[in-house]
Amino acid sequence: MADDKNVGRRQLFAAKVRSLMLRLLVVWFVVSFGFGILLVEPLNEIRVGGYKLGFWFAQQGSIFIFIALIFGFSSVMTRLERDYADSERETEK
Amino acid sequence: MSLTLLTYLVVGSTFALYIGIAIATRASSTKDFYIADGGVHPVANGMATAADWMSAASFISMAGLIALSYNGYGGSVFLMGWTGGYVLLALLIAPYLRKYGKYTVPDFIGERYYSDTARVVAVICLVLCSVTYVIGQMKGVGVAFSRFLETDYETGLGIGMFIVFFYAVLGGMKGITYTQIAQYVVLITAYTIPAIFISLQLTGNPFPQLGLGSTLAGSDVYLLDKLDMILVDLGFQEYTTTLRGSTLNMLAFTASLMIGTAGLPHVIIRFFTVPSVAAARRSAGWALVFIAILYTTAPAIAAMARLNIVDTMQQSDGQALLIEEKPAWFENWERTGLLKVEDLNGDGRIEYTADPETNELTKLDNDILVLANPEIAQLPNWVIALVAAGGLAAALSTAAGLLLAISSAISHDLLKSTYMPSISDKAELRASRVAMAVAVLGAGYLGLNPPGFAAGTVALAFGLAASSLFPALLMGIFARGVNREGAVAGMLAGISVTLLYVFQHKGIMFIPGTSFLGNMSPNWFFGIEPNAFGVVGALVNFVVAFGVSRLSAPPPKEVAELLDFLHEPSTLSTKASSVTAN
Repeated sequence: MADDKNVGRRQLFAAKVRSLMLRLLVVWFVVSFGFGILLVEPLNEIRVGGYKLGFWFAQQGSIFIFIALIFGFSSVMTRLERDYADSERETEK
Repeated sequence: MSLTLLTYLVVGSTFALYIGIAIATRASSTKDFYIADGGVHPVANGMATAADWMSAASFISMAGLIALSYNGYGGSVFLMGWTGGYVLLALLIAPYLRKYGKYTVPDFIGERYYSDTARVVAVICLVLCSVTYVIGQMKGVGVAFSRFLETDYETGLGIGMFIVFFYAVLGGMKGITYTQIAQYVVLITAYTIPAIFISLQLTGNPFPQLGLGSTLAGSDVYLLDKLDMILVDLGFQEYTTTLRGSTLNMLAFTASLMIGTAGLPHVIIRFFTVPSVAAARRSAGWALVFIAILYTTAPAIAAMARLNIVDTMQQSDGQALLIEEKPAWFENWERTGLLKVEDLNGDGRIEYTADPETNELTKLDNDILVLANPEIAQLPNWVIALVAAGGLAAALSTAAGLLLAISSAISHDLLKSTYMPSISDKAELRASRVAMAVAVLGAGYLGLNPPGFAAGTVALAFGLAASSLFPALLMGIFARGVNREGAVAGMLAGISVTLLYVFQHKGIMFIPGTSFLGNMSPNWFFGIEPNAFGVVGALVNFVVAFGVSRLSAPPPKEVAELLDFLHEPSTLSTKASSVTAN
């Protein structure tokens, strides 16, 4: 079963998962540590309604984006796993 | 109907509900007891996780912590830290441990590091952080009872213990899961109703998340600007910009809470109860949705309640509040000792300022913000009764989850996996019930006689989880080269560094007078406060683990096979039986 094609496919799958994780973790870092803490002063110059933008990211925005990140991860992973299963079935035919 | 009677009625019916659920969901196997038979729907598990996660501290204390102790913006470390950890959990930890498919966190650490020593060290770390955490919950139960139902602290604690004992011993994870769902509904209703009303009153917007960014009703001044202005007038610092310590301290604090969250065993084991890896990922998203409903409301309550309090202290003519004109809620809470006034200059008015020399509002407890909220907003008595039930739900649900993590570590990891491998499923189920009973009684005892270190408990629990379990799990899943020696040395080094740092500033076991460096910021390592030190402990853990692994024999090939299994697409289950069968 573990022929070359399968090994290659596994590696491709693992690489895709890794790059997905990395990209999402960059967003996770930027919206919380970045916008919420490190860049809070320049962002606070921008106002959205009564919110200073940096303050909004620290107390509201980052949390909403965290939720989006997890559901995004979940749906892309489901697609990657389905594609993998499909391509494996193709080869077996 | 009197408020006390009403509160008894509301709290009593929620307790009857929890007991009813417990009887309906008895556990009949160890799989039921440890992971609710692995059959919990991801949305249901998300809700249970939210209740498991949000403790008495989140419910009662967090809004006040943000508004008063951390003066607004500084409190963001809790909001980002206690939610951002779910991203780490959902991406890096939960799906892999669900795929591994066993019952406990030390299970994984023991097998991945092919070592009973690693398993036992993991059990010790787990018990340390869960026990420190559970003491806080037991205290929360006693305090909530004594405040709302006017019982003694001891009686309240006893009733709370009885309820937890009943459903946790009988139902294990299965009973806990379904009671946690009910508890979530109770606590989120109790938290949001007063917030919606306060937001409506102040800004005309029913969503507190939007109200916080709106103008005050009947004016074109933004709520946050008004708050900044008034606080600066009183000598405080600006609400929306004041840092907690330094930027570095805020980064470290947020990071510690995040990785602590992702390493807390009672949260991780909730993800073992869903039917698949995909369900575990989705479930983490739902958990954060349910958590976010409270966590995005909390900063609104914080700012709005603070504004309300400052406004109360200031009369329309700009003078301070006359003592004889104190509103009724003010006097109610003075009786509990959470509020205290002292007319220092004898002018018959209460001056509220930032200067401790002239400030006459001498005690303003963090908890007052949530507890007195319904009265400040002049809501009907049933809302006050609901807040009592909500606070109890938050404390009980978290206590039960922690107790399950502790008892399964003892019955499963110590007995079954380490010292008595031949024990039958039936005997193990009995052992897990006994372990649970002992854990409940132990937690009750510690709640009645809180040890000196109980003061710093919840923050300490995060530091311990962050510095010991999270790195061991992360390296266990992603770093193939880390071996038994590295993991054990890493966990011990991480947890020791964190404990030492906390002890040297807060006293050994928090006993006053034994801190050899004093609780003073000039002595803090790069200005990082003890509660924020978990991330440094975690870094030490990583460095030691990689270093030691380099100097000792690489892991055997079974580890590589286990990791291959963990990282393969979860739609493949062909190898599952061959790898996980011992």
